[in-house]
Amino acid sequence: MRFKNVFSIIGPAMIGPSSSHTAGAVRIGRFARQLLGAEPTEADICFYGSFAETFKGHGTDLAVVGGILDYRTDDERIRNSLQNAEEAGVNLHFSTGTAPGAHPNTVKINLTSGEERCEVIGASIGGGTVVIRNINGFEVKSSGELPTLVVAHADRQGVLAGITALFSKADVNIGYIITDRKGRTGEALTVVEADSAIPEPLIGEVTSLPYVSRVSYIHLT
Amino acid sequence: MRFRNLQELMELCESESKTISEIMIQDQSEETGQSAAEIMTVMTEYYQIMKSAVHKGLTEETKSPSGLTGGDAKRVEAYRKREESSAGAIACQAMAYALAVSEVNASMGRIVATPTAGSCGIIPGVFVSAQERFGWDDEHLVRGLFCAGAIGYVIANNSFISGAEGGCQAEVGSAIGMAAGAMVELRGGTPEQAVHAVGLALKNTLGLICDPVGGLVEIPCIVRNGFGAVNALAAADMALAGVRSAIPSDEVIDVMLEVGSAMPSRHRETAQGGLAQTPTGRKIMKELRARKK
Repeated sequence: MRFKNVFSIIGPAMIGPSSSHTAGAVRIGRFARQLLGAEPTEADICFYGSFAETFKGHGTDLAVVGGILDYRTDDERIRNSLQNAEEAGVNLHFSTGTAPGAHPNTVKINLTSGEERCEVIGASIGGGTVVIRNINGFEVKSSGELPTLVVAHADRQGVLAGITALFSKADVNIGYIITDRKGRTGEALTVVEADSAIPEPLIGEVTSLPYVSRVSYIHLT
Repeated sequence: MRFRNLQELMELCESESKTISEIMIQDQSEETGQSAAEIMTVMTEYYQIMKSAVHKGLTEETKSPSGLTGGDAKRVEAYRKREESSAGAIACQAMAYALAVSEVNASMGRIVATPTAGSCGIIPGVFVSAQERFGWDDEHLVRGLFCAGAIGYVIANNSFISGAEGGCQAEVGSAIGMAAGAMVELRGGTPEQAVHAVGLALKNTLGLICDPVGGLVEIPCIVRNGFGAVNALAAADMALAGVRSAIPSDEVIDVMLEVGSAMPSRHRETAQGGLAQTPTGRKIMKELRARKK
């Protein structure tokens, strides 16, 4: 079943005009913002496909920036997000590009805050539902619909076992988990989607695991 | 969910002596682990957003950022109050309310996707006008949204609800079917009648293409929401009068899948065919592009 519950039919509450070009775009922007974990000073936004064609008309630019400011899909400040970003000291750069084979509604977001940087590539696949396909160069798959932990770590034996053991101990069920690595014993990234909110102490324990370099908590609802 | 199609949904209602909305609330609760009260709270918030959008569209400026649309809901509302309308005051009111919500959507206002933003006017148009007419309390309408949601859940999983996948029949068509079935339940009809209303309504939108001018959710999306609300009332009336969908509603949903799958890409939200590529549609698109640069 592609649609799993009644609120994927009635909902989301959102600022118009398009569930895929507006609500989905907010969610991808917000995913990037929470991945960075702070208000960025620089935001580079590159639209592809249908997004590149119609981003002005659908307010996709306002929507992505609203997400980068951590607004929800139904936040009326989305309409003024460009101005709000400027006032908050976020430098925005927009561009369009071509990406053969990518979903027609794709956006790439690069955020910077001091020394911290992150890159997210996501697609809006309809009705406000999104798929995050790439995080910091790692091929992943995440919908942002569940509370999500993004863990950057070294590719070493036992790291995944350490993460899953901590979730189990905290009584938090893992719905989905995906790992990608740059190369054997090189950098790796694991995305964990949980069936319930991920408590602060658990996030702290995951952060303290050996070989784990950075942890972001993404909670879009 | 314990049902995959409308037949199974109807049988569940009959075997448990429940309404479609009661089954939906119960199954949603089991699926998500949330209590019925928590689920009702979310849906109540959604209904308040729908009512606010109707009010906003009838009273505030709704010119869209493109400048192409806005103000039609107010025109229809003023007309229906001023003189005897051809469709009758009730249908005209539902139409005005549906236009209002769609115009709020186009002007970047707050709405609820039902099932999408492009078709967000139909259910509020039918529900809010019916509430005023029959004096129902909010809870009755909130329950009605679960009935609409159950119908949409079946359509979405057996066919589609996005114009990019299946054309406008999948967005506006689905919303009309959902509103029609829910209206039957709201008025005390049986689950079987509600299911017939869905089939009757869907048959009337099969083949409808998605051809938005400039790719924007404005022309013809907004007026189709207005028409959609009136069609939903008509389908509910047929079903309540005892008219049956001779082709079972689940089979009509299968036809929507067949027709949508055969629809060329230019008629599925790409703005490469239909109204978008008429001489006027192309002219509008050219002007919008020029302004963007």
